[in-house]
Amino acid sequence: MSAALQNLVNQPYKHGFVTDIETDSVPKGLSEDVIRHISKKKSEPEWLLEFRLSAYRHWLTMEEPVWANVSYPKIDFQDIIYFTQPKPKKQLASMDEVDPELRRTFEKLGVPLHEQKMMTGVAVDVIFDSVSVTTTYKAKLAEIGIIFCSFSEAVHEYPELVRQYLGSVVPSGDNYYAALNSAVFTDGSFCFIPKGTKCPMDLSTYFRINTEGSGQFERTLIIAEEGSSVCYLEGCTAPQFDTNQLHAAVVELVALDNADIKYSTVQNWYAGDENGKGGIFNFVTKRGLCKGVNSKISWTQVETGSAITWKYPSCVLLGDNSSGEFYSVALTNHLQQADTGTKMIHIGKNTRSKIISKGISAGRSSNSYRGLVKVGSRATGARNYSQCDSMLIGDRCAANTFPTIDVQNTTATIEHEASTSKIGEDQMFFFAQRGIGSEEAISMIINGFCKDVFVHLPMEFAVEATKLLGLKLEGSVG
Amino acid sequence: MINKESRILLEVKNLKAEVAGVEILKGVDLTIRAGEVHAIMGINGSGKSTFSKVLAGHPDYTVTGGSATFEGRDLFALAAEERARAGLFLAFQYPVEIPGVSNSALLRLAYNTLQLDRGLEELDPLEFDDLVQEKIKVVEMNPSFLGRSVNEGFSGGEKKRNEILQMAVLEPKLAILDETDSGLDIDALRIVAKGVNSLLSSDNAVVMVTHYQRLLNYIVPDYVHVMDGGRIVRTGGKELALELEARGYDWLRAAA
Repeated sequence: MSAALQNLVNQPYKHGFVTDIETDSVPKGLSEDVIRHISKKKSEPEWLLEFRLSAYRHWLTMEEPVWANVSYPKIDFQDIIYFTQPKPKKQLASMDEVDPELRRTFEKLGVPLHEQKMMTGVAVDVIFDSVSVTTTYKAKLAEIGIIFCSFSEAVHEYPELVRQYLGSVVPSGDNYYAALNSAVFTDGSFCFIPKGTKCPMDLSTYFRINTEGSGQFERTLIIAEEGSSVCYLEGCTAPQFDTNQLHAAVVELVALDNADIKYSTVQNWYAGDENGKGGIFNFVTKRGLCKGVNSKISWTQVETGSAITWKYPSCVLLGDNSSGEFYSVALTNHLQQADTGTKMIHIGKNTRSKIISKGISAGRSSNSYRGLVKVGSRATGARNYSQCDSMLIGDRCAANTFPTIDVQNTTATIEHEASTSKIGEDQMFFFAQRGIGSEEAISMIINGFCKDVFVHLPMEFAVEATKLLGLKLEGSVG
Repeated sequence: MINKESRILLEVKNLKAEVAGVEILKGVDLTIRAGEVHAIMGINGSGKSTFSKVLAGHPDYTVTGGSATFEGRDLFALAAEERARAGLFLAFQYPVEIPGVSNSALLRLAYNTLQLDRGLEELDPLEFDDLVQEKIKVVEMNPSFLGRSVNEGFSGGEKKRNEILQMAVLEPKLAILDETDSGLDIDALRIVAKGVNSLLSSDNAVVMVTHYQRLLNYIVPDYVHVMDGGRIVRTGGKELALELEARGYDWLRAAA
């Protein structure tokens, strides 16, 4: 690999700064006491504490999953801070009272907390370490019956809704990290779109991990009632630490009859340095339930950060004629490892799913697509189309595809396509020979490769994703 | 057309170059003036393709001696993209495929990069489309090729025509056609040759690297050079190519 190409992928991480802010943390370690402590701090109802404790007891009996194509030192779960929040100065009456230090942090990250300064038409819930700092446009959305608030707030304000849906898509014992999250989750976003309502603006959550040694365990729950629709965006960054940090989130989506949820993520957690030191372990469970007829859930993800990504945003297609989509770009560089993909579980009749996965590996990284398409015996007429493409940059990285297809209904139609390509010196030389510099060439090649996914991102996100991929790849092509 | 008074575009002196430690070019001399058409012929491994890649700045090749100036500038002091912007064009022997990148997007980026470099206005997609629709006629390609990914699913002949389309859009001062004729059927060869001829003027020049005489029936060279063992061993007019066709290379090799 030529030096010019090498240099191009290796731009420093831009969000690696730490905010110096007084925090209020529970001591490191995990026990029933810690969980009770968190629950008490958040003045939670008894049923939620019970939910946590039963998840914790279940978790204790579980084994860490080892089937993913990733390797990392054993995580010491007693060495993690499970709850840390900026010390509250007083109860916030409005966003203007947000700690100026925090406000500056988010401005630096391009997420200004003033409604008038925000990207027009996007409401944001901002999570800093374990707590939600503020939620914009809350009042305006409430006028048309949309609830968009932090998870903690929802627990107090809308306990019946939370109780009804929490764990209904990802049961607390679903998997090791979901169980851990169910035991210790701290905050996240809650969103409820009432019957027949089209959410007039994109809803968004911005996650920031700040405190060294802390984990982030957020919980997002989105419910779209009959005939409603919503477009949801999620962004994430973290400072640059030499130690690994654990991010184990759970996202649950529920779409009732004719409802439509579109969930987009641009994940830019700190990925560790070029020698693989530090970075976020992103062990996330995301699942949507197409509960009603004709419902639709679409996941779009651009995964560029994290030392390790272990993430399979999935759709359970329960309602007849419901459909699920998964559009993914996962980019790994240096020593990053990604094992990501989706599960499409066809249960209802005439259910459809579509998977477009683009993996880009550079440096010495490893990038795997892992997917399951399952068609149950009742899912007459189910259809799936999957396309998994890998692109290799340089000759020291790896790309793998692990598709699993399990069909129990003879009327199903399943298509799977896969390809592997390489950005080589010849492509780069071709661009150079046409007068085009290497940065623009890489950006053009990568965007061409990811086009089928980027078209599904909201405009601002698509622009951001394009830039982000360019930055991440600076120096690595050859 | 030979005009000893016209300005020198490229001047190569005693050029030596190696790839992976093996010396391939062992002292090449060549002068190309505006308005001229050159052909470089020779057997496989004689150094023809290496010579074109070295001039264009392919990273696999290292220049170990000699010099090359392009309109008076030291060619080897320029990066590959700077050489291209200076007006040196290489039509590739094996054009690469770029999935997901449309032909028109690539052409426009390349065109606008040149415009910017020359301090000229960039063209927006609509203006550029007007330009490219004209240019595409030169190679008799269906305009639907503009919307397709670069070379993806193109036949061999379509890829070569696409190279000439790029040349037509970028209007280089010196175009090196590296075995552009190989793999072309006779109709495609005629179209490519017609395209190249229509682009020729007294301000630019073309170098055809080829094995065969047949291309030279369509694009008539002013000079024919024979390369052997990393040197130009014989230079003549267009009759030399005919002689090679008739006699092969051995008599020249023996003489050299």
